[in-house]
Amino acid sequence: MDNRIRVLVAKPGLDGHDRGAKIIARALRDAGMEVIYTGLRQTPDMIVSAALQEDVQVIGLSILSGAHNAIVPRVMNLLKEKQMTDVIVIVGGIVPDEDAARLKQLGVAAVYQPGASLDAIVEFIRSTVKQPA
Amino acid sequence: MSKPALPNKPTAKKSYRTLSGLPLENVYGPEQTDPNRYVGMPGEFPYTRGIHDTMYRGKLWTMRQFSGFATPEETNARYHYLLKNGQAGLSVAFDLPTLMGFDSDHPASEGEVGKCGVAISSLEDMETLFRGIPLGEVTVSMTINSPAPMIWAMYLAVAEQQGVPWSKVNGTLQNDILKEYIAQKEYIYPPRPSMRLVTDTIEFGAKHTPKFNPISISGYHIREAGSTAVQELAFTLRDGMEYVDWAIERGLPVDDFAPRLSFFFNAHSDFFEEIAKYRAARRIWAFAMRDRYGAKEERSMKLRFHAQTAGCSLTWQQPINNVVRTAIQGLAAVLGGTQSLHTNSLDEAYALPSEQAVTIALRTQQIIAHETGVPSVADPFGGSYFIEQLTAQVEEAANVYIRRIDEMGGMIPAIERNYPQSEIANASFEYQQTVETGEQIIVGVNQFIAAKEEQIDLLQIDETASEKQAAKLKSLRARRDNAKVEKTLDALKRAAEGTENTMPYLMDCVKAYATLGEMCDALKGVFGTYTETSVI
Repeated sequence: MDNRIRVLVAKPGLDGHDRGAKIIARALRDAGMEVIYTGLRQTPDMIVSAALQEDVQVIGLSILSGAHNAIVPRVMNLLKEKQMTDVIVIVGGIVPDEDAARLKQLGVAAVYQPGASLDAIVEFIRSTVKQPA
Repeated sequence: MSKPALPNKPTAKKSYRTLSGLPLENVYGPEQTDPNRYVGMPGEFPYTRGIHDTMYRGKLWTMRQFSGFATPEETNARYHYLLKNGQAGLSVAFDLPTLMGFDSDHPASEGEVGKCGVAISSLEDMETLFRGIPLGEVTVSMTINSPAPMIWAMYLAVAEQQGVPWSKVNGTLQNDILKEYIAQKEYIYPPRPSMRLVTDTIEFGAKHTPKFNPISISGYHIREAGSTAVQELAFTLRDGMEYVDWAIERGLPVDDFAPRLSFFFNAHSDFFEEIAKYRAARRIWAFAMRDRYGAKEERSMKLRFHAQTAGCSLTWQQPINNVVRTAIQGLAAVLGGTQSLHTNSLDEAYALPSEQAVTIALRTQQIIAHETGVPSVADPFGGSYFIEQLTAQVEEAANVYIRRIDEMGGMIPAIERNYPQSEIANASFEYQQTVETGEQIIVGVNQFIAAKEEQIDLLQIDETASEKQAAKLKSLRARRDNAKVEKTLDALKRAAEGTENTMPYLMDCVKAYATLGEMCDALKGVFGTYTETSVI
């Protein structure tokens, strides 16, 4: 049975800067995780539906446009509505400290700002996802 | 004995390479340079050493800071500030909804209005943006791609209102859709109809706006997406050839439009490699225009470019250090013979720049221009064993890519099979690995880390920009002649279905105060939209 950690890497909003999302997707895949990359311009609805369908344990959102305050709360609410609160949400991008604190209050597990190390992200996911016994 | 000896003592690294991976010798001498390679003089074909014989003695580069945020009112105030502080030209940054052809009040625009640039949804917004700015005197560059024809129509309409004839309007439209599919991903329509729109603007410009650059063929975004310098150069020049092919196919004589093609390159941190890149760019383009396209006029063969320092090199950590990075990168662009320059602000890893940060960035250029003495001599590195050899290496490596894309049948087939996209993604991932392992040191990020990060003051974007823009649009839609708007949009659709140039129809739409979203939607109905297959 495949018990690899399943991660959805998503690019919400209108921004097309996908360098970071692609690097993360590849790094997680190289670390042995099953990675689904949504591609660009996903709405919160599309992201949560994909997460449900792909049965992922982790959603990684890459946002560089400053639209995180509008987008992330939507995703978190939809996860609540669909009783998917066990899915771990990670945000990466240009997110100022104050905003990062606010997103964490909404239930975001971690916010990675520019310069974050790929190893740290891999380790965080490994240690946070509950492995089936 | 003249062979440069390798040092006997151990060196700090196992191998020395440029940021793009080109191998470097310990020292360069006559052995490494090809004596048959013609270097020539500045202002002489193939312009390796610059497009003007007097270079910056004749005219300094244009200091052009890219700027735009929130509403047109706020951005207009910033433009007046920049012009007052000695900036020579303007460069408009649009917000993401505008770049994607959505009006500020479209649901997809939520949370994005005015964030990454200024929101422009109609001619009314454009009138506000340039209020009090004489478009006959100030040159304006506009970073807009998929909706470039619509934004250009608005700009030309404002010039008309100011009484400036189109023949005198000077400026640049980015309008480079190919690099959107390759790197920045702000596309609306599929590649072929998009290329038709670009060709419409090139044709319209050749006939009506002799001083305006209808396109700025851009490597900047390709580099920011993680490419090497060689890939940036190769993909950009091959994109340029694709636009030339389409314009010739349209029936335009090459010398009628080629002199107005302009370029835009990144100025990254590998100082010598960047200088070599600009020199190789001019050389490759000059030969391509003369030999591949049979251009007769020198102006068609001269590659003119704008440079911007590398946003992706700026660090979030110890942001004041970014001033130093930018100064060195800006210096490379000047030594490489740029025609205009944007220097990034120290806070741009965080947000759009504050007024204080943008002033330091502008001052950085002014220091290079007026204190260093660098602009006094044209191509001061010309004849350097190392720079000439590196220029040749960059040129050869870029030509390999160009030939490969030719073999694929051109840039559109290459894009459709994800070729440039994959090359960039691979280069970007490999680079990131070197940062992860510490092989590539980034000061303040993976070495020389500060115990405590200093705080900087950031520009706060007015969160009410979205509401203000929505209110203006609502009022505009109530005031304008909606029957006339419908009529002009219908005419645009019919023109798009046929083969006529769409620009005159867009001018009519704009003057009837059709919104950007309405015009883009009208064309979506004809051309469809594009979704990429993502590769990781």
